[in-house]
Amino acid sequence: MTSLVQIKFAPKTGPKYWRSLDQAANAPEFRQWVEREFPSTAADMLDGNSRRTILKLMAASFGMAGLVACSRPELRFAPQARLQEDYIPGSPYNYTTSVVINGQATGLVVKTYDGRPVKVEGNPDHPNSLGAATAMMQASVLDIYDPDRSKFVLNGKQDSTWEAFATAVRGLNLADGSGLRILSETVASPTLDGLRTQLLAKYPAARWVEYDPVSRENSRAGSILAFGQALYVHPQFDKAKVILSLDFDFLGLDSPSPLATKQFSKRRLVATEEDIDNISRLYVVESQFSLTGANAEHRLRSRGSEVKQFAQDLLAAVNAPPAAGSDRRSQFLAAVAKDLKAGGAEALVVVGPRQPAVVHALAHQINQLLGANGKTVTFTSAARVDRVDAGVEGLRTLAAAMNGSQVSTLIVLGGNPVYSAPVDLDFGAALAKVAASIHLGQAVNETAAASKWHLPEAHFMEAWGDTRTTSGVASIQQPMIDPLYGGKSTIEVVAELLDLPEKRGYQIVKNFWAAQLPAVGRENAWRKSLNDGVVPVSMMAVVTPVLNAASVSAAVAAAPVAASNGIEVAFVPSGSAWDGTFSNNAWMQETPDSMTKLVWGNAVLVSPAMARQQSLANGDMVSLSQGKYKVDAAVMIQPGQADGAVTLSLGYGRTRSGNVGDAVGFNANLIRTSENFFYAPGFAVAKTGATHIHATTQEHGTMQEPELLGIVGKIRPVFRETTIEEYKKEPAVIKEMVEVPVLESIHPAVVDYSTGYQWGMAIDLGSCTGCNACVVACQAENNTPVVGKDQVLRGREMHWLRIDRYYVGDEEDPRAVEQPIPCMQCENAPCEYVCPVAATTHSPEGLNDMAYNRCVGTRYCANNCPYKVRHFNFLNYHKNQPDILAMVQNPEVTVRMRGIMEKCTYCVQRIQNAKITAKADGRQSDGTPREIKDGDVVTACQQTCPADAIAFGNINDPTSRVSKLKKQERNYGLLEELQTKPRTTYLGRLRNVNPELEKS
Amino acid sequence: MSVAVRQNPQLLETNPPLVKGGKDFHDVTEDISSITEAKVFETPMKYWITLACTGSIVVLLGAMLAWLVANGIGVWGNNRPIGWAWDITNFVFWIGIGHAGTLISAILFLFRQKWRTSINRSAEAMTIFAVMCAGLFPLFHTGRPWRAAYWLFPIPNTDLNMWQNFRSPLIWDVFAVSTYFTISALFWFTGLVPDLATLRDRATGTVKKFVFGFLSLGWRGSARHWRNYEAGYMILAGLSTPLVLSVHSVVSFDFATSVIPGWHTTIFPPYFVAGAIFSGFACVMTLLIIARWTLNLHDYITIKHLENMNKIILVTGSIVGYAYCTEFFIAWYSGNPYERFTFLNRAFGPYWWAYWMMFSCNVFSPQFYWSKTLRRSVPFMFVISIIVNIGMWFERFVIIATSLSRDFLPSSWGYFRPTYVDISTFIGTIGLFLTLFLLFARFLPMIAISEVKGVLANEKHLFAPERQGAVTGHEEAPKHA
Amino acid sequence: MPNPPSQAEAIEQFKERLGIGRDKTYAAMGAFHTPDALVEAGKKIYAMGYRKLDTMTPFPVHGIDDAIGIPRSKLGWIVVCFAMLGLLAAQGLMYYVGVINYPLIIGGKPLFDFTFTIPVTFELTVLFGGISAMVGIFALNGLPQLYHPSMKYKQFHRTSDDLFVLVVEADDPQFDARQTAIDLHAVGAQDVEVVEG
Repeated sequence: MTSLVQIKFAPKTGPKYWRSLDQAANAPEFRQWVEREFPSTAADMLDGNSRRTILKLMAASFGMAGLVACSRPELRFAPQARLQEDYIPGSPYNYTTSVVINGQATGLVVKTYDGRPVKVEGNPDHPNSLGAATAMMQASVLDIYDPDRSKFVLNGKQDSTWEAFATAVRGLNLADGSGLRILSETVASPTLDGLRTQLLAKYPAARWVEYDPVSRENSRAGSILAFGQALYVHPQFDKAKVILSLDFDFLGLDSPSPLATKQFSKRRLVATEEDIDNISRLYVVESQFSLTGANAEHRLRSRGSEVKQFAQDLLAAVNAPPAAGSDRRSQFLAAVAKDLKAGGAEALVVVGPRQPAVVHALAHQINQLLGANGKTVTFTSAARVDRVDAGVEGLRTLAAAMNGSQVSTLIVLGGNPVYSAPVDLDFGAALAKVAASIHLGQAVNETAAASKWHLPEAHFMEAWGDTRTTSGVASIQQPMIDPLYGGKSTIEVVAELLDLPEKRGYQIVKNFWAAQLPAVGRENAWRKSLNDGVVPVSMMAVVTPVLNAASVSAAVAAAPVAASNGIEVAFVPSGSAWDGTFSNNAWMQETPDSMTKLVWGNAVLVSPAMARQQSLANGDMVSLSQGKYKVDAAVMIQPGQADGAVTLSLGYGRTRSGNVGDAVGFNANLIRTSENFFYAPGFAVAKTGATHIHATTQEHGTMQEPELLGIVGKIRPVFRETTIEEYKKEPAVIKEMVEVPVLESIHPAVVDYSTGYQWGMAIDLGSCTGCNACVVACQAENNTPVVGKDQVLRGREMHWLRIDRYYVGDEEDPRAVEQPIPCMQCENAPCEYVCPVAATTHSPEGLNDMAYNRCVGTRYCANNCPYKVRHFNFLNYHKNQPDILAMVQNPEVTVRMRGIMEKCTYCVQRIQNAKITAKADGRQSDGTPREIKDGDVVTACQQTCPADAIAFGNINDPTSRVSKLKKQERNYGLLEELQTKPRTTYLGRLRNVNPELEKS
Repeated sequence: MSVAVRQNPQLLETNPPLVKGGKDFHDVTEDISSITEAKVFETPMKYWITLACTGSIVVLLGAMLAWLVANGIGVWGNNRPIGWAWDITNFVFWIGIGHAGTLISAILFLFRQKWRTSINRSAEAMTIFAVMCAGLFPLFHTGRPWRAAYWLFPIPNTDLNMWQNFRSPLIWDVFAVSTYFTISALFWFTGLVPDLATLRDRATGTVKKFVFGFLSLGWRGSARHWRNYEAGYMILAGLSTPLVLSVHSVVSFDFATSVIPGWHTTIFPPYFVAGAIFSGFACVMTLLIIARWTLNLHDYITIKHLENMNKIILVTGSIVGYAYCTEFFIAWYSGNPYERFTFLNRAFGPYWWAYWMMFSCNVFSPQFYWSKTLRRSVPFMFVISIIVNIGMWFERFVIIATSLSRDFLPSSWGYFRPTYVDISTFIGTIGLFLTLFLLFARFLPMIAISEVKGVLANEKHLFAPERQGAVTGHEEAPKHA
Repeated sequence: MPNPPSQAEAIEQFKERLGIGRDKTYAAMGAFHTPDALVEAGKKIYAMGYRKLDTMTPFPVHGIDDAIGIPRSKLGWIVVCFAMLGLLAAQGLMYYVGVINYPLIIGGKPLFDFTFTIPVTFELTVLFGGISAMVGIFALNGLPQLYHPSMKYKQFHRTSDDLFVLVVEADDPQFDARQTAIDLHAVGAQDVEVVEG
């Protein structure tokens, strides 16, 4: 039956997964274990092949499985059977830790059951998280249990051991390290930073290269241009009234941490009427339609290479108002300049990492003019130790050295350069020239395959470490589970290289911080930092740099003129696979792209105009070629895409990703060169004639009905928004977008919802950015299955919470809106009365309950649901998944079988837990348990939301946030004209439009 | 025999006989019983070949259902938003066909329509077989049929100690369909008993004697039997008439009580019933024409029968067409934007082909029956009867699939594509239906012998006076006791 | 040990058990070839004062009931009672299930209401009525019945084909085997027989 569920976890080749018999038998730790346990019969067991032996091996390997799977992070390896006090089996334990994505550190709180990490939340005490987590952080927990992770030290293709590796390292004759190169991702770990200093000291001729396929070097270089020093730039979106983003998708792909969204949404949330005047105004100039563009009041389509010119003109316009032009660009420019000036110190210009240094410098200069520097944007030092090359430049020098055979030893700490390096560097070939190449990674990926040594890397939830935000806040990276596959962390491997006396990650990290923490109460401080997830010592001070206008204008003059010939290709990270890091993560692969709603793949995004000119249709395969570089990929028409520019996201077309990520999408790295790292001009686009099927989760992209028989379709008021002026003039405007007739029911009001807890939700469309964090959080919390591309194509995706994206306005240059759709928990639920077996009924607290074990699967409820939020298990979607993936499942939520219906429950398990806690807190004088306070129950989507757009709670409690929000005039129920009385309501979005650009 | 020439010409023109060929009572018995009494080799080869074909299709059906239960509804093309597609389409289609039988038996009986007698038996059988096919779908379209099989009935169960939800139209369906099946079966069997007695009295082999003796329950045609029998038959007819109307009304509630535009329509009950009669009669036509041809029943199933049926097809077809137009008018007149779009979308959206298929088959094709010659042309009516059945299948598909495919939120719109399992399952039910009907036609009297004789007796007035004495054809003098 | 009874004896014992033909005579029977002839004869014989009359016909012959004075069927009343029973059963079931045994909040609709109970109630009414009608037909006719004396009539096999038989039962006060046979001849019957019980 495997053919029905496309996504097969069973590997095509090699060991099925680590528990399998022969593998376990070969595993070194197993051999050691056997020798320890059965000294007398060890030889017989390991070499013999009698039936008896096999049985023993089986028993042994499964025994091990149990031990490893259940072990919690102890310094010594102890079986769960021997309980320590204060530990209650089956109850959740939360640990703080922190993760680094693309060099950005974010503090997390991870919920574990019996030593299994199952759910990630943001750490409210961490400045980059403030309690929120992104989709990728939510999904990162799945990576621990990825059956395709590398499980053994590999020497060549042979299984080896860490001991063997250690000996091999001793054997390396590094001398002064002139032949030693280390390639890592951006280092954000103070401890590792310290070790690096030691290493570079020990090997004075060695060099260390930091490379991220999604590099932020341009921003750094920009600061050097503008201020003469390397700086981290910290925009303060919550302080800005007027924001101009130059190709900076800070609400989406360009912000690996939730911070930007958190700050930005502070100015979008309307808790009270006063807040309406605080709503910020966002202008965006960008090439591909990004989430930031979707959340902007005004957006200007522009090829990435033309943004520089815009910045120059803006600088001029801010200095001296330009003559109002007729075309959109000049109107936009004039309006923005005027608005920014008016904003003054409350204005902010930000530039994206894809833009060259000079544009960053220009932005700094404009901010300086506006007086924004130090107000809406702050800086910290990004100084770097000597002999560290970074970014694509660093990689280029490294490749050159490798090709020049100057590199005898290359140690790749994480990352996957063979796949992700620019094609012109031909890193694979260069790597072959290196005598000793060592790769540390979580999977036997493209790079591992090309290296002499491969070392399994521990997942960040498996190993001790630490992180530091660019603003200088450090936190300890605390493991929750012993390395499932015996991996080691970067820190431990570097310690191995240095042959430090202390090679245990825990001790290394602790020792490092012992040096940082004040001697008095050191141990308590250490424990407190573990508990809070933040180390109480600041690593960096805010600097107030001095702008050097001259060098900026010099750089502008020197900057090459952007080639405008041919088609420009933009390379952006994928919202799902990122740069390939998450390509084997099924949750991410099935998370619809925020704008295209594309799953299981990427596409060449082209503007409708370009599609018409070249007669391209969705799914047409085209070859993008420039010189000797060429890739075939499928087209997708993206309204709002800049003309003459296409976008192809990174992270797809992997060949050694695993059973989930292999051969998904198209590899952008095949046409990405180190010169044109982000924007590559001069490409030719030619139809190959072949076609490809894109799987999207939304077929109809607008709220307007299609034109039939020449009758222009009405626009359905699904996502409701208005301008601030309109709203102030007539607050009821949002409610009255559809006239709701008062229909008398033939039945008297049957149920009394006026007492007790009545759960309800309000979603603020004004602050929701559509970032998908809630979608993945819901999937992680509720064990929602992944169905695979084929099933998505059949319209059978299972996300309980989906985000609808609608384009508004004309096809070429529309606006876009994002609307999360959970279950509406209707009081008069149409799904309930049609169920023949009463499998879905209403709870007295207003929840639309679903009794899975009563459901027979008539699908009548799903048909009769006006919101289509009910999801049917058409097949057994858990059928082909390896047992180990069961470890990520939330034990508090049933795993649904084939043939039944499932849907959003408002995280009823969390509601019940809150009640239990309330009970456990002891009874009040009258014998009843204490009231559940607002905030005691937090749904998974609400908790992770970086925009705080989701409010949930008791609508009978007038003080709860949700009931306050529901009292607002802009509160409306989706399709309330059907008298479904939805408990989930929406707060219409208020747009702070610039009257000069949009007549409201 | 050459009796017909001596029939009274004027009377023949004004009111042609329902049984032709001047049969007498004994001929009737002979003609009809002989079919069931025939030896295997006496039955035409074409019969056995047809049976073999249909039988193999039944095997296909079995395989498809097994595949479905083993793997889940995912083997069909159903998706979100289109949770119901071919499954429920086929259900409504077969239930609709199942209506003609009881209608012909019951309603025409109450209206004293003598011409029904030659066709009601096979029509009733057809009803039962069609309802069997229909019944498969409500069960097998569920995700967990092994549960649905008994959780859908008010049987106290220990699984959850739960009861059904009587607000759900699906539960109404369960009651309506099972009641309809039971009553139709009883009605059918009651009608069979006197004929079974006839077969019993003619039976030669011990086995046949025993079987027919057992089935005929010792019927001996006593006046008292007939008195209760006629009373009971009348009552059953009286009960079946509202029942047959209720069943399709209840089926239509599945849609009418929902909120989905295109489903939520008050016109549905009459509209569905008319459609059911329409398709049912068309299907009876198809079968009768085949039976008439293969089993040489031209004298019993006369052109007059067929013409009357065609008149009803014309009427109901026009009613259905009227309903289609009314839907459109109301969609516009109600001012409900969702309704308005749904109906535009039906006719001109992605499913336009299905809609116009339905419209042309159901509304245009029957209009040919305004012409008497076409109304009486057997090949023509055969073709039309099949076209109408195709059209009625599409009607159900259009109502179910197109309404679901584009409902309220544009984001959740979708499109349905059937899989080979969808298609094979439907074909399989056709095979099941035909197989059952062929078996019936061969092994049971497919024309109500006693009723035909009743009609024959009333038609004596058509015969020339001098034949009065000879009607029974047995002239030998009775001997004394 | 006693000999096993002969077939004849066995049949006798069997009839004893069934209480058939205790007076050794069941009825006098005569055949007609047309329904009309039967009705005519029926009227005449009734006029002669015979009351325990019956017929055996291949199809219901109209007017025969009045001719030989057979009262109307009581089936209707039985059916009405059972139909009512079905109606009450349905309402009872739905009230018990919805209100007493397992009340649930469903779609904001009442626990019990006549609106949504109409369909099921109707169906059960018809179901009960229908079954009672079918069972009633045969119960009132004393069917199923394995044996009946009239089957001894030589032409019995034709009564389901094309023969119309008039029966004067033996327990008619006016019955006299010889005289009755003559009377039957007098009204035009053929194949007249006096059938043993």
